[in-house]
Amino acid sequence: MLMVASVFLPLLGATIAGFFGRFIGNRGAHVVTCLGIGLAAVCSIPTFIDVAIHGHSHVVPVFSFLVSGTFEAAWALRYDTLSATMVMTVSCVSTLIHVYSVGYMSHDKSQPRFMAYLSLFSFAMLALVTADNLVQLFFGWEGVGVVSYLLIGFWYHKPSACAAAIKAFVVNRVGDFGFLLGIFAAYYLFDAVTFDVIFSAAPGKADSTVTLFSHQWHALTITCLLLFVGAMGKSAQLFLHTWLPDAMEGPTPVSALIHAATMVTAGVFLVARMSPLFEYAPTALAVVTIVGATTAFFAATVGCVQNDIKRIIAYSTCSQLGYMFVACGVSAYQGGIFHLMTHAWFKALLFLSAGSVIHAMSDEQDIRKMGGIWNKIPMTFAVMTIGTIAITGIPPLSGFFSKDMIIEAAHASETSAGHYAYLMTILVALLTSFYSWRLIFITFFGVPRADHHTMEHIHESPYVMLIPLFVLSLGAVFIGGGFNELFVGHGREHFWGEAIKVLPAHDTIERAHNEHAPFVIEWLPLIVSLAGLAVAYWMYMARPGTAARLANSMPWLYRFLLNKWYFDELYNFLFVRPAFKLGRLFWKGGDGAIIDGLGPDGVSSVVVRAARRLGIVQSGYLYHYAFAMIIGIAGVVTWMVIRAGGFGHGVTP
Amino acid sequence: MTALRNFIDGLPILSLVTFLPLLGAGLILAVRGDSETVARQARFIALWTTLITFALSLFIWIGFNPTTSAFQFEERAEWLPQYKITYRMGVDGISMLFVILSTFLMPLCVLASWHSIEKMVREYMVAFLALETMMIGMFCAMDMVLFYVFFEGVLIPMFLIIGIWGGGRRVYSAFKFFLFTLTGSVLLLVAMLAMYYTAGTTDIPTLMNTKFPVPMQYWLWLGLFASFAVKVPMWPVHTWLPDAHVDAPTAGSVILAGVLLKMGGYGFLRFSLPMLPEASVYFTPLIYTLSVIAIIYTSLVALVQQDMKKLIAYSSVAHMGYVTLGVFAGNQQGVQGAIFQMLSHGVVSGALFLCVGVVYDRLHTREIDRYGGLADNMPKYAFVFMVFMLASVGLPGTAGFVGEFLVLAGAFQANSWVALLAASGVILGATYMLYLYRRVIFGALTKADVKAMLDLDRREIAIFAPVVAVVMWMGLYPLPFLDVMNVSVTELLNKYQAVVVSTSTADAGTVGGSLLAWLR
Repeated sequence: MLMVASVFLPLLGATIAGFFGRFIGNRGAHVVTCLGIGLAAVCSIPTFIDVAIHGHSHVVPVFSFLVSGTFEAAWALRYDTLSATMVMTVSCVSTLIHVYSVGYMSHDKSQPRFMAYLSLFSFAMLALVTADNLVQLFFGWEGVGVVSYLLIGFWYHKPSACAAAIKAFVVNRVGDFGFLLGIFAAYYLFDAVTFDVIFSAAPGKADSTVTLFSHQWHALTITCLLLFVGAMGKSAQLFLHTWLPDAMEGPTPVSALIHAATMVTAGVFLVARMSPLFEYAPTALAVVTIVGATTAFFAATVGCVQNDIKRIIAYSTCSQLGYMFVACGVSAYQGGIFHLMTHAWFKALLFLSAGSVIHAMSDEQDIRKMGGIWNKIPMTFAVMTIGTIAITGIPPLSGFFSKDMIIEAAHASETSAGHYAYLMTILVALLTSFYSWRLIFITFFGVPRADHHTMEHIHESPYVMLIPLFVLSLGAVFIGGGFNELFVGHGREHFWGEAIKVLPAHDTIERAHNEHAPFVIEWLPLIVSLAGLAVAYWMYMARPGTAARLANSMPWLYRFLLNKWYFDELYNFLFVRPAFKLGRLFWKGGDGAIIDGLGPDGVSSVVVRAARRLGIVQSGYLYHYAFAMIIGIAGVVTWMVIRAGGFGHGVTP
Repeated sequence: MTALRNFIDGLPILSLVTFLPLLGAGLILAVRGDSETVARQARFIALWTTLITFALSLFIWIGFNPTTSAFQFEERAEWLPQYKITYRMGVDGISMLFVILSTFLMPLCVLASWHSIEKMVREYMVAFLALETMMIGMFCAMDMVLFYVFFEGVLIPMFLIIGIWGGGRRVYSAFKFFLFTLTGSVLLLVAMLAMYYTAGTTDIPTLMNTKFPVPMQYWLWLGLFASFAVKVPMWPVHTWLPDAHVDAPTAGSVILAGVLLKMGGYGFLRFSLPMLPEASVYFTPLIYTLSVIAIIYTSLVALVQQDMKKLIAYSSVAHMGYVTLGVFAGNQQGVQGAIFQMLSHGVVSGALFLCVGVVYDRLHTREIDRYGGLADNMPKYAFVFMVFMLASVGLPGTAGFVGEFLVLAGAFQANSWVALLAASGVILGATYMLYLYRRVIFGALTKADVKAMLDLDRREIAIFAPVVAVVMWMGLYPLPFLDVMNVSVTELLNKYQAVVVSTSTADAGTVGGSLLAWLR
């Protein structure tokens, strides 16, 4: 009962706020939505204890959904350690974001709509993580996609917000396209889409091959790769990442919600959920590792030069998601989920404190126009620093435990993808530390660069915004240490139960625990993190102006990074513009000139002209084409029928 | 339940539902008085007739037995005994829901025309009621001649509706519509005559069990194909549709998209697949190719449209591409998905045309760029439009998802390349619909005349509320719909699959066969 409540209460809140917002007013909408998600969070904790700690995993059937032949998908809630962990993380972080939004959005004119979207979004995510089959997972998956579209485009007056919203949905759809094919492949292979059936049949299919797309594949590899395309879309991995930074167009709580616990983590969750399949598809795992590591690197490099406070954090999310995929790719799924959870807390903290900064700076987002404000908004400064310490992996804060686990697992991995990932994750740890501290130093220290008017109006946020920040800080400090032993310690197999499957040969976490690496290797992540801090301090505090000189000395590199490796330009050139061009060509040329020109319009005009100039030889090119086409069609049809031995028997009256 | 069923069995319910609208039309013609009174009376009579017809048709669903593939509620009467042609009506799991779809959409059409049709209201309503009779009769007909009469009969009122009550280049569009469909129909007639001479009967169930010689099947199949492909419409004979939609009155578009397009898909299921299985297998690659082209090509065309109705018309062609794909995938998911897709597309695209009608009634333009920012002054409209927009995109939880998903699942098993290409419609569909929605609903509200537009009134809410409910129902709990068609589809496919298996081994040498083998 508690489990069902923790999924459906946010939906109830969303429905009431969405449809009756006009009657219950802003205050009423705040209360019902916060209450809905808050109660869900409260319910999720005993559920977590019961399911994850005591190992009572089970499935709650709701009702039958789709049945067609052997294709069966039911609505059911699956409760195991993985989903209980996700439900707890999602509902707790989401609750804090709800409360924060009450303050942050207090001047907006459509607050009930906003609160309803937030709750609906949380519901979709909860439905996603508790899915019992691929179709239901897809329901939540697309639900998250569509509500993110609504949230990013919340300020629909702004053309940039509308564009970002469409971009988010369409890029996600590209991923969904892969996901859909993945579902079909799974059904083709297992004749089922329910997890239990698929998982128990997976070992038996470890050596099967399947012919798809004119190529013979290792069956589980192709299935996993297709599913992973979906994960790449939702989790903004390289090539499908372009929507994530633009998603900043939504109000800041939305960014926090999308980037922290929900939506972008869905891809990581999917890979972890499908671990019984991925474990038998080493090639797919290698792809996951490489894509994750490369994304982590790519996003970190871009994050180093951005100037929009939210954009920097957005790229950092992208980069941290790369870490989680590296973990999954080297079979340390538990580490991936662990990082997902710690990241949810400190990333929500970072985003919401960025929101608090923006709030204080009269909606300014450019860090170049900030500076010297740490003593004006000390609480925001304090919590944001906590978030930064957490993300840069400095002990004993949360990020240290989870990030360290991932790097160690990558190190322990014996595959070449794992080696590559190890190098990348170390490098990225350096970059992460650099850009995170750069953000802190430029935003809060130095000389004030904002105009006089803005500086006069700087104020600390109200308590309704600060209290969620304090709670998130507590999470950012303690979650890592508190759950370390449970998630990735020696008792992890008991904790995760059947929820995550790791073949003994792949168990990199175990190997990392047993490995006695040299002192330098063991502490390398921390060393590079401190190095990043030092570099940032030197460039922006000790010797301001170094960064500008560096950018001027390598303008091409600077511009390349500033323009995000030119992905948007490339995609515009490759896909967006050609799609419109082709559309016009097909419309005017295909439908207009050829089909209609030769069909109805052509026939009538030919008849008209023939009548008019009876006896005169017409040689208009249109006529030629028409003639050729008719002959052609007649020829093809006749040939097909002759091939089949059609003549001679024909129609016999 | 059994008592109810016995009662319904005693009634000629199919004929009642079919001809009740015609009775209403007769009543309307009998109304006397000045033009104002006649118009008002005509509207009310039409509304009540369609409502009662809908209510009555629900008894067909309630009394329908989903555990058998046999035709139900059968009626039989002598018609032309010297030619062995009978008046025979009945529904099975494939046709039954189309009857409900037709009766469901009709009251909405009458309501949608309430104020927007001002001239010759009486004739308009008569045309619509006649149209309803033809549509329902077509789905119930168990005799090929009867089917053909209804099938062609639909053309006439629709032609008049576009030609008289349409706008823009209505005469051109009406003729284009007429010419395209008539050309197809002539070939259909020839094929049907040939079938009649070969089998000696026009009885559909008998024909389903008649084995036509294989070479002949190809010709027959092409004759049927010519007609059904135009109706669906399949690429490249789709160009009549955007024009017909643009110039048709709102309710005309609703019926055109909602029911008339389904006649093609239904024809494939009722005739091509069961009666000409070898030919269907043989021509499957052709259908796959045309369907995939339809999905990708028309989606791209939809992307660049400036006229709302044209955009939705092109999206219809793309969505119907899934239908033909699913039908010829020849497996349970494909065919059930195709039928479901037809039903959901009927409701969703009909509703989208109603949405266009709402703003057209206010501003008298369908130009997308003339709008913008409607979310501000028409929030209810924005919500309703969003629901249908998302359903058209195929969002899970709405009607649009189930059909599309099952069709693609079915297609994937039949041919993974085809599924891959067709699934790209998932991306393109989202693009053009969101782009449309953005330009109409989102953005800043700046234009003075757009600012003055009022939100949905009570009549419009009465139109949209049931449609929203049905779209959500079909999306969240599609089982009742799938259950109805399940057994009939299984039965159809059992026979068809037997042929597929024997043909795919025997036909490996043909072009189609080897192409298919390569594509797999």
